[in-house]
Amino acid sequence: MMLKAVILIGGPEKGTRFRPLSLDIPKPLFPVGGLPLIQHHIEACASTPGLKEILLIGFYSVAQIQPFVNDMQHQYNVTIKYLQEFVALGTAGGLFHFRDQIRSGSPDAFFVMNGDVCADFPLVDLYNFHKSLPSSCNSKALVTIMGTEATRQQSLNYGCMVTNKESHEVTHYVEKPNSYVSTLINCGIYIFSLDVFQTIGEIFTMKQEEYYKIGNGNKEAGNLQLEQDILASLAGTGRMFAMQTSNWWSQLKTAGSAIYANRHYLQLYKTKHPERLAISEGAGEHCSILPDVHIDSTASVHPTAVLGPNVSIGPGVTVGSGVRIRESIILSEATIDEHSLILHSIIGRGSRVGRWARVEGTPSDPDPNKPFAKMENPPLFNKDGRLNPSITILGCSVSVPSETILLNTIVLPNKELSRSIKNEIIL
Amino acid sequence: MEEEGKRALILVGGYGTRLRPLTLSRPKPLVEFANKPILLHQIEALVDAGVTEVILAVSYRAEQMEQELTAEATKLGISIVYSHETEPLGTAGPIALAKKHLTKSTKPFYVLNSDIICDFPFKELASFHEAHGREGTIVVTKVEEPSKYGVVVYDKNNGIQSFVEKPQEFISNKINAGLYMLNPSVIDRIELRPTSIEKEVFPQMATDKQLFAFELQGFWMDVGQPKDFLTGMCLYLKHLRTTDGERLYKGNGAVGNVLVDPTARIGNNCQIGPNVTIGPGVVIEDGVCIKRSTILRDATIRSNSWLDSCIVGWKCLVGKWVRMEGTTVLGEDVIVKDETYINGGQVLPHKNIATSVPEPQIIM
Repeated sequence: MMLKAVILIGGPEKGTRFRPLSLDIPKPLFPVGGLPLIQHHIEACASTPGLKEILLIGFYSVAQIQPFVNDMQHQYNVTIKYLQEFVALGTAGGLFHFRDQIRSGSPDAFFVMNGDVCADFPLVDLYNFHKSLPSSCNSKALVTIMGTEATRQQSLNYGCMVTNKESHEVTHYVEKPNSYVSTLINCGIYIFSLDVFQTIGEIFTMKQEEYYKIGNGNKEAGNLQLEQDILASLAGTGRMFAMQTSNWWSQLKTAGSAIYANRHYLQLYKTKHPERLAISEGAGEHCSILPDVHIDSTASVHPTAVLGPNVSIGPGVTVGSGVRIRESIILSEATIDEHSLILHSIIGRGSRVGRWARVEGTPSDPDPNKPFAKMENPPLFNKDGRLNPSITILGCSVSVPSETILLNTIVLPNKELSRSIKNEIIL
Repeated sequence: MEEEGKRALILVGGYGTRLRPLTLSRPKPLVEFANKPILLHQIEALVDAGVTEVILAVSYRAEQMEQELTAEATKLGISIVYSHETEPLGTAGPIALAKKHLTKSTKPFYVLNSDIICDFPFKELASFHEAHGREGTIVVTKVEEPSKYGVVVYDKNNGIQSFVEKPQEFISNKINAGLYMLNPSVIDRIELRPTSIEKEVFPQMATDKQLFAFELQGFWMDVGQPKDFLTGMCLYLKHLRTTDGERLYKGNGAVGNVLVDPTARIGNNCQIGPNVTIGPGVVIEDGVCIKRSTILRDATIRSNSWLDSCIVGWKCLVGKWVRMEGTTVLGEDVIVKDETYINGGQVLPHKNIATSVPEPQIIM
């Protein structure tokens, strides 16, 4: 048995809602739970038996992605290739363009994973589910979609699937419907059989003809959306199925969801990678830890600091005496000076927070009282043109003066602040 | 003749609502300003100037106040008399009410508004009053923005000509400082009814050329509300630096003018000051920064907190990594949970604050 995986990572023009963090680092490489976002995908793939090759498809420059790829190959001992699209081809366009790469070696099937989701990925279950589907001669399963339950209201923001309860066949698929269709949503994690390229090819040819004959397409010829162009047309053909999971899953669209995702990845470490979690060793040279906390081995944290719950401290970070950090991500080389407090915030790479400062944001976690509620991703501004309270984000190399407060504030990179700021975006 | 001491009337008045929530627990004259009840600043200065009898004009019965002041009176060797108003009598009525005390001798007596803090010039005031020989003297102080006040207009010999309320065009920058010296004859000008000394008595005396202005040197502040209480404390501590600098705190972490009771304990790596008063029994844990604030008796400030422009009431417990600013006033025995933020909160006694208060508000 041989498997491959494709991770769709998009490009610099995408992920704008993740600014200002994505101004500095490609969003797929933003660390969550101390690891680059897509390293979690790679780790899930690498631990799937029979998976021999991981292909990253996107349109970031090779220079931005290749060092990470090299590092990952080294760490996980698996073949990883970055395939750069010459132009944004759409989620299925990229797959089709690189079909020969995917098909080479004749894998039994291949996973496709959206780079901007976070989850406890059940890849083995997904493969076994797909393999167990009945296959009559002309209706072999082409794809199984990982699905999860959402609230009625939130389902409208996702791809909605209606399934046959016995056969799990997807009988109807609508991407982001205007009215309620189903609470079973597409997680952006799939397993495909190689035969799918025939279907994609047919749709590709049809769209090409449309483009050249009628000339009504405003997108590049060759642009194909997996959800709208492929999945919607496969629904009801008996060749598309959904596997519902209750594992934790979330999209990572806005910076606010990074703190939520961080919390869940740290939770997963408890069973899968306890060595990645900091432990409180009581009095002595270690700081106090309220689980779960990840501290990079190259960070320096003063013994009187109190960290957690849900904190990730990146490489080369310095945390001074009497500092308190909760529900936050501190990116590499940042410095938090004595007695400061960081709550619901992301501190950018190389930023500095002065003494007795308070950096605080407002969490936007899913409503814990609503079953299946997902992360809300509210726009920056509300209808009255006022900033919606969000987590506080400092871009890279921002300096916060001593004794000031930053509340619900977003600061773009390389800013030297000189005063307290509440509910503002600082350009 | 000097063996017969002088008298002073202090207009204590009502409930001190402007200094709530502190005055919900303690009568305003007993609220500690720079670690000493406001009233004692005045009484001690009066005793220095030879006053032996202090009459407190109060409009409510304040057993707590009487009890505490009796001990102080004994210590100072003076007598304190309470003149109770059954209805509020304004600023002049209480003088008529206390007639029997004030006319025990023919000597002039002092009258003070109770919220005033300054470098009290009672001896100089007495000499000045004696020198001009008329019925009354008003202490006046210079202000920067006279249009907000009633100003006093007087000639080059300090004879007062008139009073002008909130002048639109500059006419004088001297205002009534709320300290007077009056001859007993002035009492005959006052009826026993609610009446204002500023509006009804002084203008007539000025017309009769019986009123002189004594110019106050140095700082002056009406500390009857929290914002001014803190401003007054800054001025007082600055004054203390020049007159009795030894009393200021010089321990670890002290910055600028800081007054710390010897029974207070301050932890390591703190930054205390400038302009901070810390009361008896207060505990400041490690890594705390306090500026321009008063911490009253037996309060505790836990580690790594940051306070600017706050009054922390008696027995309060302020948690770790708390930030308080913007003239936040905590009443007695308030508990502020770890990591909360309070900006301009007025917190009533015995409250538990568990969530941040980022905009100024009253917490009932």
